[in-house]
Amino acid sequence: MPFIPHTETDVQEMLATIGASDIETLFDEIPDKLRMGKLSGVPEGLNEQEVTRLMLERAEQDGRPLCFMGAGAYEHHIPAAVWEITTRGEFYSAYTPYQAEASQGTLQLIYEYQTMMASLTGLDVSNASLYDGASGLAEAILMAIRANRKSKSHRVLVPTTVHPHYRKTARTIVDNQGIELIELPYSSEGGHTLPESLAQFAGEDIAAVVIQHPNFFGVLEEVDQLTDWAHDNGALVIGISNPVAMALLKPPGEWGEQGADIACGEGQPLGVPMMAGGPYFGFMTCKQAFVRQMPGRIVGRTVDRDGREGFTLTLQAREQHIRRSKATSNICTNQGLLVTAATIHMALLGAEGLARVARSCHANTQKLVAALTTSDCVAPVFNRPYFHETPLRFSLPLEGIMRALHAHSILPGYDLSKDYPELADTLLVCATETRTHADIALYADHLNRVIDAQTAAGCPVKPKMA
Amino acid sequence: MSNIPVELKYSKTHEWARMNDDGSVTVGISDSAQDQLGDMVFIEVPEVGQSVDAGEACAVVESVKAASDVYSPVAGEILEVNESLADSPETVNQDAYGEGWLFRVQPGSAGDLDSMMDSDSYAGFLESEAH
Repeated sequence: MPFIPHTETDVQEMLATIGASDIETLFDEIPDKLRMGKLSGVPEGLNEQEVTRLMLERAEQDGRPLCFMGAGAYEHHIPAAVWEITTRGEFYSAYTPYQAEASQGTLQLIYEYQTMMASLTGLDVSNASLYDGASGLAEAILMAIRANRKSKSHRVLVPTTVHPHYRKTARTIVDNQGIELIELPYSSEGGHTLPESLAQFAGEDIAAVVIQHPNFFGVLEEVDQLTDWAHDNGALVIGISNPVAMALLKPPGEWGEQGADIACGEGQPLGVPMMAGGPYFGFMTCKQAFVRQMPGRIVGRTVDRDGREGFTLTLQAREQHIRRSKATSNICTNQGLLVTAATIHMALLGAEGLARVARSCHANTQKLVAALTTSDCVAPVFNRPYFHETPLRFSLPLEGIMRALHAHSILPGYDLSKDYPELADTLLVCATETRTHADIALYADHLNRVIDAQTAAGCPVKPKMA
Repeated sequence: MSNIPVELKYSKTHEWARMNDDGSVTVGISDSAQDQLGDMVFIEVPEVGQSVDAGEACAVVESVKAASDVYSPVAGEILEVNESLADSPETVNQDAYGEGWLFRVQPGSAGDLDSMMDSDSYAGFLESEAH
């Protein structure tokens, strides 16, 4: 039996049976103007040798810059064992198997992952992961709207301290579903969401409040006050967090009196290398009460008819193949391979190891800020505590400084003016546990030389705040 | 042959309705419907106080085979829902006309049930659907 489902003979037989001359006639009813026609700009295929060479050349263009950029994806040390084990044949499939229960090892691994994520976020249940942090937020918003049956408004408060890409992605996904995302301003002194800014919505029907902690600026939010306000006003709380930060900070499940209801975020810091555009993975956990509204796959532990332990996909009925148009989400899958790496990464580090990584990141970023602000032209923007990144304002045009540092193979940080026009010449800088004292000194040294070169007479502006 | 009590009214979408002495109407899904759907895994009931239109989807029964909307046969306000189904959805399979009821609605006007089928018509309707 051939394994190619449609041989030329099969196709001809089928066409003859239905009396069609060729396949193209089957698409007659699609108007010409809706057809793509030939794809333009797609080059001819390349062989393996040519592709390998092309990709190596492209990779070399990246160089090996010293990275002080975070803004959502972070360079962490990944123990060599993580990807050695992940790429073993038994695990090395990017996809969850269709006959899931036939792959007990894969299911057990996902179950362990879920247990770790639930524990890390301080919540009851986790799904098997989503595409990435940004789509995770969109799914969490849709989930909160479904779960908050007391609210009829479909209005969700989203601070502008939430990652700008997450906000854009969430808007793209929920905008056409009648959901209104209302942005909240941030404090220009603290870089956090002022709990007082919620007061204007008191008594109104708000379905959910989103809180990112640490927020996009790295700043710690007043999570207890924000969470309690939301619950007092009938809104659910969606907590976005960084999985490494949660090893040190109070996790979403412990915010305020009752804890956040749903937690989500980007799983990349857990064993996934920085890659242009991913793939990364999103995590999502929630309180037990909302598990029926959770999108994606959930693996459960059970026993077979002989009483032996086994693992199974549970609550599958939520998904498209059973619920069809009523499915809670179009996500029926998970980021299997990256979750495998994350699970092994967490297992190798352990809770204590992850907390040490978090402490080290925080300490290094403090050292970085101290080193860079020795220049009179560089000053911190916000006065609130931060985790492992924070914005620095330059009193010189940032563009030229960044270009010069790039030339020295330093990625100096993330230019915030693109997303926050009011934060001109402001760089979001980050130093994880991978940045050594020497790395930080090198950055500061180059920066000072670049600044000196651009300001022969020293810093042209007012001295910075004490 | 499925169980079709004579004292109830039926819809083409396989709900049953019972007129209570106080004028409210109790709604569930028929024995035939539960049998077709198979083992129930989750029942989503409406909110108490919610107002519904006749023919409006206001509950979802989810089985191992499919998720199906349940339509209110009458317009009115939801008075009571069967909370116990959250923990034991299988009740709908075991006792579709009794403990497996879904919600109780206060009709806006009397006589709404008149357009529903009686047990004989429903039996005939099931027969015609089977062919």
